[in-house]
Amino acid sequence: MKRIALLGMPNTGKSTFFNRLTGSVARVGNWPGITVDLLAAKVLMGGDMVEVVDLPGLYNLHGYSEDELVVRHFLEKNPVNLLAVVANASQLDRQLALVLQLKELGLPMVLLLNMIDESKRLGIQVEVDKLEEALSIPVVTMSAKHGMGYPRARQVLERNLQDTLATTAAFSAFAADDALEARLEDLVATTVHVPVTLSDNLTSRLDRALLHPLFGLPLFFLAMYLVFEAVYTLGTPLQDGVEWLLGLFKEGIAEPALAQAGPMVQSFLLEGVYNGVGTVLSFLPIIVLFFLFMGVVEDSGYLSRAAFLVDAFMSRLGLDGRAFVMQLMGFGCNVPALMGTRVMRSRGLRLLTMLIIPFSLCSARLQVFVFLTTAVFSPRSAPFVLFSLYCMSFFAAFLTALLYRRRLISDEPLLLELPPYRFPTLKQMVLRGWHEAKGFVRDAGGFILLGVVLVWFLTHYPFSAVPASAETLAGGLAAFMAPVFQPIGIDDLMSIALLFGFVAKEVVVGALAVIYGTSEGALAGIIATQLSWIEAYSFMLFVLIYTPCLSTIAVLRQESRSWWFTLLAVVWPLSLAWLVSFIFYQGATLLFSGG
Amino acid sequence: MTLEQLPPGQRAVICEVTGDEALRARMLALGLRLGREVAVIRRARLGGPLQVRIGTTDLVVRRREARLIKLTTPTA
Repeated sequence: MKRIALLGMPNTGKSTFFNRLTGSVARVGNWPGITVDLLAAKVLMGGDMVEVVDLPGLYNLHGYSEDELVVRHFLEKNPVNLLAVVANASQLDRQLALVLQLKELGLPMVLLLNMIDESKRLGIQVEVDKLEEALSIPVVTMSAKHGMGYPRARQVLERNLQDTLATTAAFSAFAADDALEARLEDLVATTVHVPVTLSDNLTSRLDRALLHPLFGLPLFFLAMYLVFEAVYTLGTPLQDGVEWLLGLFKEGIAEPALAQAGPMVQSFLLEGVYNGVGTVLSFLPIIVLFFLFMGVVEDSGYLSRAAFLVDAFMSRLGLDGRAFVMQLMGFGCNVPALMGTRVMRSRGLRLLTMLIIPFSLCSARLQVFVFLTTAVFSPRSAPFVLFSLYCMSFFAAFLTALLYRRRLISDEPLLLELPPYRFPTLKQMVLRGWHEAKGFVRDAGGFILLGVVLVWFLTHYPFSAVPASAETLAGGLAAFMAPVFQPIGIDDLMSIALLFGFVAKEVVVGALAVIYGTSEGALAGIIATQLSWIEAYSFMLFVLIYTPCLSTIAVLRQESRSWWFTLLAVVWPLSLAWLVSFIFYQGATLLFSGG
Repeated sequence: MTLEQLPPGQRAVICEVTGDEALRARMLALGLRLGREVAVIRRARLGGPLQVRIGTTDLVVRRREARLIKLTTPTA
């Protein structure tokens, strides 16, 4: 089978072209010589099946960055018939450097000048014929986003695939940068005409407001708030809808079908397996919506602007502005926020961001806190208690960043492009949401299911005992762990609830009801008599800081591809949670209980 | 003069790019090359980064990196 490798600098619309060329059938796959997954798809071109591989965006072939090494190793180990290089037509003054470098590999090549609509608007003229002649490769102009010139681009790819032999590239000798630069200067001077002063376009005017020294930050927080509101006001009813449908299925089909089965089989399938599947599915609406809206924020170019605005503060923590955006998004749900860190190229920066996102007080934890604060605290003090937990959430995140910034070093000097403001097409947004949701089910789904079943087993075995009671394995575990939890004011019964909370924070309140053997309605009254405010607050601090949920761990593992990092991301928050609760519980007991 | 010191709104020409090999290659790829004209559009407050325009590309550059780029004002 013939193979096309798609290459280009970041922000050239390479992936948009890839999606247009391949539809949504792309799959991630492993390749010899490299450790990261790449998207690839098989397409019928001119009667042949052709494999198109989307290589990571890169600035040059020197191999200084991870992405550059990936591309080099891919081309060394995997034969390709044709290189399709995507370049931004407005930025040929620098992007042709990569084309010149790639030409030296001696592989057949086609140059696709993308975003031709944008460059025309800027008044930039490209003499395609001269460029073809100077480079002696086919050059096509197009807009991958809107489809202009796309049919011709496809034809040219097809034509240039014929009678080619797949070859690997040898990275031996590159012309010195200086020589390359001289050729670049010549080439740009003869083929690209840029107006002397760029018109005062929409982007400049928007920047004047959005990057304003005084109003820039408030506008940024307003924008983030709106995105946040949009995702979760739309997402919550959808999540409820999914749960409602699952409930219908359970009562209408699953339960009658299992009526004849033994009680243990029923409990295993309905409370273990089924709840696991339900947990996975209930995340889907939020993930799809998150990527719909984050797609707008990301493609609009506002994410780089956010980096500009908050970098002064975040850089002191070893992070950058994009990390802050993801941290804020984590207050809705940690899972999509973790997936959103993919925009970061530096692994250190990305891991550090992934380490702090789980401290964001997500909506599931909020449910637990609202329940406990209303049960234990007076209506007047409850809002302050909640507010203090939000402050604690930021504190834990920033403390973690400060402690780990020397280990997870960002080797990414902040050199970001500020692309012009753009709006993605609806199709791009939907495709992205769909793709991410699919990835979540495939990569994290099994892990979540396994975890839910494990906790089901712990809280139900031996089967003769009352579920989640002291006689079960979970009860035994709680008794065993008592020396650890006693100093922070959490008794055996409450620590079983923590075990449930490990699966998902949404089930903590329900679990407490089961553990205390009461209904959720009557639980508040019982909790109020059972827990002092100090114990309740200590419990909430622990719930806030320790492992957010199984889905988060699954995604941490999926995104980091490292068990070590996943282990760190579980153990560190657990230790910090214990320490913070310990300091609070012991301190408060000393101060308020009158010794 | 370095890029960090260039007042917003003024233009100047890059005469030297220092820093380690990898960083220089990255800056080169983003268009920060010898002989090219740059302008600082705005600076973020509290020691934050600069918005730099070079050709048709706008960049966010931290001050630490901006210090590595030496400039000469064009002969008027």
